Amino acid sequence: MNSDTIRTAALAIGGSLLLAGLLFAANGENPFEAFKLLFEGSVGSRAKLSNTLLVWVPLTLAAASLVVTFSAGLWNIGVEGQIIVGAIGATWAAREVGGPSFVVITAAIVVAIIAGSLWALLAGVLKVYGGVNEIFGGLGLDFVATGMATYLIIGPWQRAGVASTSGTDLLRDEAWLPKIGDENISWVSLALTVAAVIGVFLLMRGTSFGLKLKAVGSNVHSATRLGIPANRYMLIAFGLGGALAGLAGSAQVLGFHHKLVPASSGGFGFLGILVVLLAAYRASLIAPIAFFFAAITVGTTFLELRLGLDSAVGGVLQGLLVLFVLLAGGWQRKRRTEAASALAPTPSAVAGEG
Amino acid sequence: MDAVTIASIIAAATPLVYAALGETITEKAGIVNLSLDGTLLLSAMVAFATAQTTGSVLLGFAAAAGTSAIVAGIIAFSSIELKLNQIAVGFVLFLLAGDLSSLLGQSFVREPGPSVPPLNIAGLSDIPWFGKVFFSHNLSVYGSMVLIIVTYWYFYRTRAGLELQAVGERPEAAFARGIHVERLRYIYTFVGGAFVGIGGAAFSLDVKFGWSEGHVTNFGWIVLAIVIFGGWHPARAALGCYLFGALQVVALKLQPTFPSFTQVLGIMPFPVMIFMLVAINRPAFRSLGDRLGLFRRFLRAEAPGGLGTIFERG
Repeated sequence: MNSDTIRTAALAIGGSLLLAGLLFAANGENPFEAFKLLFEGSVGSRAKLSNTLLVWVPLTLAAASLVVTFSAGLWNIGVEGQIIVGAIGATWAAREVGGPSFVVITAAIVVAIIAGSLWALLAGVLKVYGGVNEIFGGLGLDFVATGMATYLIIGPWQRAGVASTSGTDLLRDEAWLPKIGDENISWVSLALTVAAVIGVFLLMRGTSFGLKLKAVGSNVHSATRLGIPANRYMLIAFGLGGALAGLAGSAQVLGFHHKLVPASSGGFGFLGILVVLLAAYRASLIAPIAFFFAAITVGTTFLELRLGLDSAVGGVLQGLLVLFVLLAGGWQRKRRTEAASALAPTPSAVAGEG
Repeated sequence: MDAVTIASIIAAATPLVYAALGETITEKAGIVNLSLDGTLLLSAMVAFATAQTTGSVLLGFAAAAGTSAIVAGIIAFSSIELKLNQIAVGFVLFLLAGDLSSLLGQSFVREPGPSVPPLNIAGLSDIPWFGKVFFSHNLSVYGSMVLIIVTYWYFYRTRAGLELQAVGERPEAAFARGIHVERLRYIYTFVGGAFVGIGGAAFSLDVKFGWSEGHVTNFGWIVLAIVIFGGWHPARAALGCYLFGALQVVALKLQPTFPSFTQVLGIMPFPVMIFMLVAINRPAFRSLGDRLGLFRRFLRAEAPGGLGTIFERG
């Protein structure tokens, strides 16, 4: 990281903080007070930190999933649906499998991973063999997944007595992830998330598989000429990404909602795309950035409670931050390119970022 | 189907026609505006808020067009000046615009306000069946019909339309022939964005009147799918919009039959529409276009060659 990059990052973060402050001020709030509340509401106490970590888990897993698919050059917008299908799988196993907690939870997580992976492979097959752009194949499958979850909740898995779209009955106690003390967060989901991030980091950094995946992502044609079976690598990327998304779905069911709800993904799939864009597709950065985003998400619900400010302000902040970082990065590259071509003896076209 | 049903399909599809034609114009010039789902929300909110505050429906439409053009302009700027990935910037703007609509629209949720007044076309609306289907709507609906014809004529019958296609297909070649690639990309991204905004206004001031959080969620994605379905051809894109409108009406009519699946039926048209893309991409369908000479352009679905790419002056 050179000083230029740091200056750009500082500029972007400063710019978005300034805009956020203006946003608070425009709503008639003292910006400093709002920032203080944002901080207190997300990491100010053990309970608040635990809530932030509850958001951090699915967000980080979604981002880890997206790092894999982005490396292969894929816009896996289907990650939302893969989380939902993972949640459906986990709920199914938790309902069907009997026995002690260890058995039920392991079964639910394994089923969720398989379900998410297969759902992602569906998008992969549509892309590789059907010629359907993964953005639209993934979106279509997102809708189908939401429809399936809604159908299960109001149909076969409806609550005893009255069917309601608020969710199924709570799972039995054996299927709840063990908590840390009195807090809501479970060490199981924290450990699995840390393991997933490290796994993706090592895969992308230290293995020939990760290298080949990136080769496919940067240029399918030259990767194919080098003898890399691009289609197979894309399918594997979908499968791996879907597995991580499915894991996120199981964390949502077993560690947070304790039942199946229509929106199990909670929008974390889409938010994960912002995290990965801000991390510039690097696995090493997703955990801290996801924590920052989770803190904003949780902190703004506190703001809503205290100041009556709509919690959408969190999404606005996150969106502004990523937009500024992208624009600032582009501006910096443009300046560098211009400086380079001014020095070069013959001006030559420099390929832009794809 | 009776005339009233068909008329309601045409009305329901109107916002989608504006948005799909707008996005078709933008993509024809080689720029993808992926922010549509957020932009439609934001422009619907701005349209309703403006109309409610000023009492003028027309101002509402104008404000929505302006807002949406600005969002589109950010994508054009970041692609043309900063060489950034259009998909990435568009996706960020999708989330940002959607959240902005929730934040800024708070005080307009479920409020009453002015809407587009009905306008039967004198004489024509009395024609049996046709009058009911085509001429008993309002200015917003008539405008969308005119837009289909004008866009078609502009694309395929004018010199400017030819240049637009050249910019989207092979920007380098167009540049070599003296066409201002960057200027045209800016113009058509703005114009296309403005029509998307009009689509948003056609929702909140007419077809899906009013404002609430997430009022028109998912319609932007459907529009993006319809542009592909439409093969970047204005008439086919419009056909896609009416088809989706029909799917929605069918789902609505099925609801009394399956009362317990109301929520599921509500979202079914979305995946059905998207998976039609799969069928369209089959070789059998595409080769149909080669056999039926008259409909060749209508049946061929191919993206502009330079779509989504960064243009570099050679």
